[in-house]
Amino acid sequence: MPVVVALWSVAVLIATAALAPLLVGRPHGATRFVYTVAGLVALVLAATGGAVLLGLADGSREVVLPIGLPWIGAHFRIDPLSSFFLVVIDLGAALASLYALGYGAHEEHPERVLPFFPAFLAGMNLVLLAADAFGFLVAWEFMSLASWALVMAHHHEEENRRAGFVYLVMASFGTLMLLLAFGLMAGPGGAYGFAEMRDLARSEWLRGLVLGLVLLGAGSKAGLVPLHVWLPLAHPAAPSHVSALMSGVMTKVAVYGFVRIVFDLVGEPAWWWSVVVLGLGALTAVLGVLHAILERDFKRLLAYSTVENIGIVFIGLGLALAFRVNGMAGPAALAITAALFHALNHSLFKGLMFFGAGAVLTATGERDIEKLGGLIHRLPVTAFVVLGGAMAISALPPLNGFVSEWMIFQAVLLSPDLPQWPLKFMVPAVGAALAFSAALAGACFVRAYGIAFLGRPRSTASAEAREVDGFSRLAMGLLLALCLLAGIVPGLVIDAMGSVATQIVGHAMPAQPLLPSLSIVPVSESRSSYSGMLVFVFILMSSGLAMWAIHRWASRVVRRGPAWDCGFPDASPVTQYAADSFAMPIRRVFGPVAFRSHIERSMPPPGDPSPATLKVVRHDLSWEILYAPIAGRVSWLGERLNTLQFLSIRSYLSLVFVALVGLLVVVAIWA
Amino acid sequence: MGLIREMAVQGAQMVFVLLLAPLLLGLTRKLKARMLDRVGPPILQPYRDLLKLVRKDVVLAENASWLFRVAPYLIFAATWVAAALVPTFATGLQFSWTADLIAITALLASARFFLALAGMDIGTAFGGIGASREMLFASLAEPAMIMMVFVVALVAGSTQLSWVANFMLTHASLRVSLGMALVALIIVALAENARIPVDNPATHLELTMVHEAMVLEYSGRHLAVIELAAALKLLLYVSLIACVFVPWGLAPPRSGFWPLVVGAGTYLAKISVGAFLLVLFETSIAKMRVFRVPEFLGAALMLGFLGTLLLFVSRSF
Repeated sequence: MPVVVALWSVAVLIATAALAPLLVGRPHGATRFVYTVAGLVALVLAATGGAVLLGLADGSREVVLPIGLPWIGAHFRIDPLSSFFLVVIDLGAALASLYALGYGAHEEHPERVLPFFPAFLAGMNLVLLAADAFGFLVAWEFMSLASWALVMAHHHEEENRRAGFVYLVMASFGTLMLLLAFGLMAGPGGAYGFAEMRDLARSEWLRGLVLGLVLLGAGSKAGLVPLHVWLPLAHPAAPSHVSALMSGVMTKVAVYGFVRIVFDLVGEPAWWWSVVVLGLGALTAVLGVLHAILERDFKRLLAYSTVENIGIVFIGLGLALAFRVNGMAGPAALAITAALFHALNHSLFKGLMFFGAGAVLTATGERDIEKLGGLIHRLPVTAFVVLGGAMAISALPPLNGFVSEWMIFQAVLLSPDLPQWPLKFMVPAVGAALAFSAALAGACFVRAYGIAFLGRPRSTASAEAREVDGFSRLAMGLLLALCLLAGIVPGLVIDAMGSVATQIVGHAMPAQPLLPSLSIVPVSESRSSYSGMLVFVFILMSSGLAMWAIHRWASRVVRRGPAWDCGFPDASPVTQYAADSFAMPIRRVFGPVAFRSHIERSMPPPGDPSPATLKVVRHDLSWEILYAPIAGRVSWLGERLNTLQFLSIRSYLSLVFVALVGLLVVVAIWA
Repeated sequence: MGLIREMAVQGAQMVFVLLLAPLLLGLTRKLKARMLDRVGPPILQPYRDLLKLVRKDVVLAENASWLFRVAPYLIFAATWVAAALVPTFATGLQFSWTADLIAITALLASARFFLALAGMDIGTAFGGIGASREMLFASLAEPAMIMMVFVVALVAGSTQLSWVANFMLTHASLRVSLGMALVALIIVALAENARIPVDNPATHLELTMVHEAMVLEYSGRHLAVIELAAALKLLLYVSLIACVFVPWGLAPPRSGFWPLVVGAGTYLAKISVGAFLLVLFETSIAKMRVFRVPEFLGAALMLGFLGTLLLFVSRSF
C-alpha cells in the first residue's frame, strides 16, 4: 500500500513536470501551480515514509511494474532505510516548494526551472523506491540530468555554463562507476533485483572492488574529497531553492546509495573498508570547511560547508563499518544512528542557510558577502532565522547539529576496543579531525554571518535591502523550528530510527527514556548523557533571570551615541573588518599546508606611477593534481583521434575489418 | 524531601559559583600586584566594579542591533550553565547528567560564538580583529579540549564529570596520558580565558588584544554581565582542573551536611592554590606574538592527541 501511494505521488510529479511547459504563458500561475503541487506531493511522500519508518504501514512487499527491461520489470518497495531517506528528502522538498512559492516569483526564466523542479523530485524519490539495479540507475541518471538542467537555468552566465559542464562530466562518471558496481554485483547470472543480489556470494576482492566503485560513484555525487570539485560550482549556480535541494537533499540520496550498497547489498565488509571510509571522511570534513572559511561567495561557502558535513556523515558511516565488522553491535548502532541523524540535521540546516542566502540574494542582488553588511537591520526575520541556522551548523547546543556530532564523539570513545591496529591509530586522528572541523565551522559561520548581517552596510544595495516575502520567511521559520526540535528532543528522532539501525547493523540503540529528563543516553547513564531540552530551558531561564533582575533593580536606561572604537571612529564602512581580513589569520596558519597559499606582492620601481599590488594565491590541490592532468590527457587524446573523422570510406572499412579480426582473435584466445 | 534537598544543593552550587567568580578574579589581581611589588586593588574590587557598571546607563552605538543587546545575557547564561555543571564541592548533583564534558565544551563554544558576533555588530575594525583572532584560537583550542576530554573519558570510562571525579577519587594513579591531558588543559585554559601569554587581560588599545577588542563597545550593565561571564569562565576552568585532577575532598552524591562543608572548604583552598599558580606562571612569562599562539595551542592539541593515542594503544598508560 505505501509503495503504491509513493508511486502514484511520483507519477503526479512527472505529470506536473510534463504539464509545466504548457502553462508558461502565465508564468505567475504556473509558478503557483507547480510549487503547490510539488509541495503537497512531497508532504504525502514524507508522510508515507514516516508511516513505514514508525511501523504504521508495511512497505516491504515489492510492487513490480512492467516497464524497463522486459525480463526484469521495475521493482519497488519501501524498507526502513529507504523510508528514513524518504522522510529526509521529502521534508526538504516540501519546504523548498513552500519557499519557492515566494522566491520563484522573482525567477526571470520560469520556463527553465518549473518543468525540471518536479522532475528532479521525482528522480530522487525513485532512487529511494527502486528495488532493482536497473531502476536505481535510471532514476539516478534522471535525477542527475534534471538537476543539471536546473543548474543551467541561468545559462547566460559564463560561470554557470562551466559549472554545468563540469557537473555533467562528473555526474556521468559517477553513474558509470555505479553501473560497473552493479554489474559486478549482479554477477554473470544477471541478478539485478536487490533481493537476489543480496543473496549472492562474492569473493573478497570483488567486494573490495565494488566498494571502490561505489566510493567513486556515490562519493562523487555526495562530494567526497577529491571528487568534490563540481559541487561548489554547480550547487550555487542553480536558483536558491534548488541549491538547497541539491546541497541539503541530493547529497543524502548519494549517502543512501552508499549505505544501500555497502551495508546492505554487497555482503560482509572487510575491516580495511572502514579505514578507507574514515580517512576519506576526515579529509573531506577538514578540507571542506577550510575552503568554506576562505570563500566570499555566500552560496559557494555553503556548498563547501556541505562538503564538510558529508565528511562528518562518512566518518559516522566508517565507524559503523568498523564496529560491524568486529561484531560490536551496540556501538555500530550508535555510529550509524549518529551518521544518519547528522544527514537529517544537515538537510534541515543547510536548507535553512540556502534559503537565507536566497533571501539575501533577492533583497540585495548580491552573493558576495564583502558587499553586504548591516542586513540585521533591514531583514530582521531572515537575520534571526539565519542566525539560528548558523548556530545549528556550527554544532552549538541546544540545536540539532551538536547532538549528532556529540553522538559521533561518543562512538569514537567506544572504539579503543577495536582489535585492528591501523584502526586504533586512525580513529583518534579522525576524532581530532572532527573536533577541528567543528571548531572551524564555528569560525566560518561567525565570519559569514558577521560580515553579511552585522556591521555597517558596505553597498547601497545592502543599505536599502527589503525583507523578503511571507512564504520564504515561513519556510525558513519552519526549518529553524525543526532544527530546534531535533536539538531539544533528540530521543524521539533516535527512537524513530531504531528500525533503520536494526536493518543495517542488526541492532538498534537502546530506547531513549522520554521522561523525566528528555535526555539521550547512547550507551549507559554512567558513560554519558545529554539533555538538549534542559540545556535550552536552563539557558532561557538564566538569561531571562539575569535580564529581569538587572532591569528591575539596577538600570534600564539606554542612550545612543556614536561608536567608541577606541576614540577614533571612522564614518566610512570600508574601515570595518572585511571578509578577507577575517579569514586572513586562518589562511596564514592553515593555508600553506592545505592550499599551498602564498601572497604575491609587486612593488613598482621608484618613478613608476602604476599601483602596487598584493594578491593571495590559493591552489585547489585536488583540481591541480588530479583533474588538470586527466583533462589534459583527454584533450590531447581527443586531438590525436580527431584525424579519424576525416578518413575515406576505404580507410573506415579497413578499420572495421581490423577491429573485427582483432575481436575474433581475442575470442579465440579466451576460448 | 530528598528531591528538594538535591535541588537545594544544585541551586547552592549555581549561586556559589556566581558569587565566587569575581572573588577569584580579585584574588588573582591582588596576588599579581603583590608579586610585582605593587599594593594592588582590594580583593573585593571586582564586586564593586560590577555594581558600579550595573547601575550605569548603557551607551549603545547608533547602529547597534538587537543581537548586540541580547548577546551579553546569552553569553552569561551559557557560561553560567556550564559552570554550574562542573562539580565544585560535591559530585552527582541533581542536574549533573544534563550535559557531559563535551557538551560543556560546546556550551562555552556557544558563548564564544555570540561574543565574536557581538564584536562584529557595530562594524568597527577593533571588534572584527578581536573576533577573527578569537575564532582562530578557538579553532585549535576546541579540538585540544576535545582531545583532553577523550583522554579523561578513556581513563575513567565516562564523559560525565561526576563519574570522572568519583573514578579519579577511587582509582587515583599516575598516568602519562593524564599528565599530557593536564598540560593540554592548562594551555587551553590560558587561551580561553585570555590570559598571558595568549592575551593580556589588563590592556586596552593594543593591537594584540583579543577579548578586550571584542567587548570594546560595551558599557554599563552589558559590560558588567560580560565581565561576570568572563570571571565565571575562569572559575570554571580552575574548577574543572581541580575536579578532574585533584578531586580529593569532593562530597560524594547524596552526602550529609558536613561532607558538603568539607567539600566547600577544600574547594576554596584548591582555587586559591590555582590562582596562585596562575599568577606565578603569568608573571614569569612574556606575552606571545599573535602568530606564535597557534603553535602554543598546537602543542596542546598534540599533547591531547598523543595522550588519546597512548590510551588507544593500551589502557594502562
